[in-house]
Amino acid sequence: MVNATAVLPTLPSKHWLRGTAPTTRFSLRGNAAAQQLAGQALGLTLPVEACRAHSAGERAALWLGPDEYLLIAPLIEGEALRAQLAAALAPTPHSLVDVSHRQIGLELYGPHASWLLNAGCPLDLGLAAFPIGMCTRSVFMKTELLLWRKDADVFHVEIWRSFTEYFTGLLSEVARELPG
Amino acid sequence: MSQCRTETGGRIDRSRKLSFTFDGVQLYGVQGDTLASALLANGVHLVGRSFKYHRPRGFLGAGTEEPNALVRVIRDSARSTPNVRATSVELYDGLIAESQNRWPSLKFDVGAINDALSPLLPAGFYYKTFMWPRSAWHKLYEPNIRAAAGLGRAPEGADPDSYAQRFAHCDVLVIGAGPAGLAAAQTAARTGAHVMLCDEQAEFGGSLLDDPEALIDGQPSAQWLQGVIADLKARPNVTLLQRTTAFGYFPHNLIGLNERVTEHLSAPHQNLPRERLWQVRATEVVLATGAIERPLVFPGNDRPGIMLASAARTYLNRYGVRVGKRAVIVAGCDAAYAAALDLKAAGITIAAICDVRPSADGPAAARARAAGLAITTNTTILGTRGRLRVQSVRLGHLEISGSIRPGVTVACDTVLMSGGYTPTVHLYSQSRGKLRFDSTSHVFVPGTSAERERSAGACKGIDGLHAVLADGAAQGLSAAAATGFAGSPRHYTVVATETSGIGIPGALPQPGKTPPAKAFVDFQNDVTSKDLALATREGFESIEHIKRFTTTGMATDQGRTSGMNALGIIAKDFGREIPSIGLTTFRMPYTPTSFGILAGYARGDLFDPVRRTAAHDSAAALGAVFEDVGMWKRAWYFPKSSEDMHAAVERECLAVRNGVGMFDASTLGKIEVVGPDAATFLNRFYVNNWANLAVGRTRYGILLRDDGFVYDDGVIARIADDRFHVTTTTGGAARVFALMEDYLQTEWPDLKVWITSTTEQWSVVAVQGPRSRDVIAKLVTDIDISHNAMPHMSVANGRICGIPMMLFRVSFTGELGFEVNVPAHYGKAVWDALYEAGREFGITPYGTEAMHVLRAEKGYIIVGQETDGTATPDDVGLTWAIGKTKPDFLGKRAIARPAMTATGRKQLVGLLTLDPQVQLEEGAQVIATPKQPVPMTLIGHVTSSYMSSVLGHSIALAMIKDGRARIGETLYVPMPDGDIPVKVTAPVFYDAEGVRLNG
Repeated sequence: MVNATAVLPTLPSKHWLRGTAPTTRFSLRGNAAAQQLAGQALGLTLPVEACRAHSAGERAALWLGPDEYLLIAPLIEGEALRAQLAAALAPTPHSLVDVSHRQIGLELYGPHASWLLNAGCPLDLGLAAFPIGMCTRSVFMKTELLLWRKDADVFHVEIWRSFTEYFTGLLSEVARELPG
Repeated sequence: MSQCRTETGGRIDRSRKLSFTFDGVQLYGVQGDTLASALLANGVHLVGRSFKYHRPRGFLGAGTEEPNALVRVIRDSARSTPNVRATSVELYDGLIAESQNRWPSLKFDVGAINDALSPLLPAGFYYKTFMWPRSAWHKLYEPNIRAAAGLGRAPEGADPDSYAQRFAHCDVLVIGAGPAGLAAAQTAARTGAHVMLCDEQAEFGGSLLDDPEALIDGQPSAQWLQGVIADLKARPNVTLLQRTTAFGYFPHNLIGLNERVTEHLSAPHQNLPRERLWQVRATEVVLATGAIERPLVFPGNDRPGIMLASAARTYLNRYGVRVGKRAVIVAGCDAAYAAALDLKAAGITIAAICDVRPSADGPAAARARAAGLAITTNTTILGTRGRLRVQSVRLGHLEISGSIRPGVTVACDTVLMSGGYTPTVHLYSQSRGKLRFDSTSHVFVPGTSAERERSAGACKGIDGLHAVLADGAAQGLSAAAATGFAGSPRHYTVVATETSGIGIPGALPQPGKTPPAKAFVDFQNDVTSKDLALATREGFESIEHIKRFTTTGMATDQGRTSGMNALGIIAKDFGREIPSIGLTTFRMPYTPTSFGILAGYARGDLFDPVRRTAAHDSAAALGAVFEDVGMWKRAWYFPKSSEDMHAAVERECLAVRNGVGMFDASTLGKIEVVGPDAATFLNRFYVNNWANLAVGRTRYGILLRDDGFVYDDGVIARIADDRFHVTTTTGGAARVFALMEDYLQTEWPDLKVWITSTTEQWSVVAVQGPRSRDVIAKLVTDIDISHNAMPHMSVANGRICGIPMMLFRVSFTGELGFEVNVPAHYGKAVWDALYEAGREFGITPYGTEAMHVLRAEKGYIIVGQETDGTATPDDVGLTWAIGKTKPDFLGKRAIARPAMTATGRKQLVGLLTLDPQVQLEEGAQVIATPKQPVPMTLIGHVTSSYMSSVLGHSIALAMIKDGRARIGETLYVPMPDGDIPVKVTAPVFYDAEGVRLNG
């Protein structure tokens, strides 16, 4: 019996782009009760404020809508976490769906991170309008993505698997005029 | 350097010579020149031929307003741009420019025959002339008009340059960096607000660049300008954009900017984009777009050497170029005197100053008199002479009686016109702001704003440097305050000759009742005052109609220099006030804008996302030919060495029927429906009954729109009591998800159920054929895949190659089949493993084409192929799927309407040609009796048609009126070579009993 290996979309080698550690992802839908129970199982408080991410260690919860969160944890914790969350959430109506492979995580970093994104993303990515810890779904030209500002010049991006090549290809075109 | 260039002065660098060619002649300019100023420095005034009459034309203006000097600029063999205004082209070393609309040469142009024929070519002549004979339109008129139409030649090859795009936000966007814009930007910037300042020119400064004598706060204007720009540059909250035209004002303060990044460079770096589109969302906008001088309308006002007074001043003060040696100044506005004074100081003879007004008493006129210049008032121009350059003007004197007494002819090589200033309200008007007519200055100025925007300076009719600066600062401060940034007012002291911009709209007085020929109003479209008079005589009253009849204002300069004069002439003709004539619409773009920036990065492979499945590379390695399905690349067929598509598809189909095939089904849409009300939701959404679907079982679902027509289909699996895995068609994934979300949010918000797209979470390999179980049995663990444990239409969780798998027992081929679902990152590994495991059974990868044939042999429909948005479930033979006992579902009421069950509806049937080798065309029509005359009575059409290798017979699916009642009949498919007889059958051609599903 062969053991299958995971193959992720390849990222171009750029000084402003890096992959992120393998990740387990869950889409959580549910009301305040579900959010509280999920937070307890995850070990952090789910943000109530719109478009904010809370993280504890390598785990994070990203507010995507009034009843919608993306939960992120290291890949290795995936199966156990799924069981913990399912058990914790059992008493209340909710939806917990594994979307670990639906999208990939990558980081745009460095002094041109927001400049690169603003080539195709219409949001105001200034620090005042998009502070550290903010997250939201948006678009980059013709693809959807999820942006999470982890630092002034670090954006964590979640993008659907098959759009990765389009997204990084466009960014590479945009970056052509950058020095170095 | 020619004697046209002054020895000192201007904002050019005389030490940096630049070589360029115009119509093949090598010339020299200097750094800081525009193509226009460099040509004038070389004494070149003749630069183009007019559009309709091919009249020789020179420079009218010095900037964006230029209607005449349209040239082709050629950078190299791959890069040329037609119809650029020479006044807006920055000179670089090696620039190549050509004149347009002339043949064989600029000086001798055959097309100038039109000028001699002009009495035969009045406005609207083409509406009247080319009507008869009717047959001549296609053969004679249209091709010839097409050949004569248009200006310039479009480049032929692909554009080798790149174009960038960018979104930006700011508190205050200031458009225009003349004195008003600079004052606004600086005042706003000092409050701490984020300010963007853009200007279309190479240098910030606007009118200040033409006015070196003015003193601001005790400094010469150039020094003041330098200080302001340095201050703005040093501020981190300020973005400065030179060479950037605000071309469009879109709703909610979204402004389109066109930045020309490399156009001015001799050797641009290959990594730089040629131009950049900025989409700026500004909280507040300050329009400081200035004003444009109007020409005067008199006979022969278009000869080379006749230009705007402001342009002559710009060429002199900014570029150090004397536009001639002997000038006649025609004044309808005091600004003419400022030009006269500057030109005289530069050594140009002022042959005459003719002021059409009864008196000239402004401070500038007084200074002109003091300088010894003679001014004659009440004077008009009756005509000009000079073929390729003006040589003289003939004056006329307005008598108190109203008549005109012919005056002397004055020799000259330059005529400067000043008809008054028109505020540039294009962007304001684009923003849906309401214009107001100012009866003192006879121009339209901004009235009531529609956006969070304010105008500053000359663009709202303010005259004089001091007033313009003060207004700019006040508007900058108020814009910043509106975004929450407070600051203190700014005051300026100014020493300058302040002239009023008020002028006279319309044509100069002429003797006689009929307007003279060749008094041009719109220079670019060759519209004369006579054309406008003709339009009013023909009964046109609305300016919008007159515009279309005469084409005045319809050229690429959008009537910048002609609009107010046209209105003035028409108003006078009707004896009405200008506001009652109306105003035409200002449309974007403000200046011509390249397609390049609109396309931006979206070209080639990046035009649209190209989505590839996880196993794409493996399929490619097996020789797959791909087809586009939506944005996806799907394996179409897998030809071996010399096979054509037909042979490959035949082999792939037979392999599935006789052995085993594998197919990448990953692109199917997948939606996880979860929550205690999941079954209730699906019951309302799909036609089927889901309440009685057991966990671990699947069912083929049909989705209707509320109009009762089939919208999508797919297999739906019950994973748990409260969890369903819904599949959709590849193309329907996004719209089905959106429709579900729509109903959940707007119709059934009470349901406790949520949907999550999992299309990309799962890679799906369909393993189909009698040996499919043998293949997967080698790799699958933790699961019993025997027929009894896992019957047709079941689902189970297990492992494959050690990783979690959701296994479906389903078939879209009619054979025993499984669909292996694994998390997508494992998709390639599992595809490869299945291929290896299947080799001993001759596993054959098959593509979408074979899949289509296999499903057609079984009569399985494809939504969008058999259905066209007007098919009910019954039409396509799917009534069996409807949950009869359900109280309601989406589309239930609609399909109960009498028309939806009436006879005469098209129904899905099979068609077999009498000759098994004849394959029907998809889309072909079907008729009941042969040899019908046109128009035939059409009773249906072919929806799918293939050669079935397993049957040795072509097969077709068709939608035929009352088709099920016609089974057994012979119908006909009319084709160019004759009618093809076909036998109507049930839509299932192969294994009608379905025994093969059981392996």
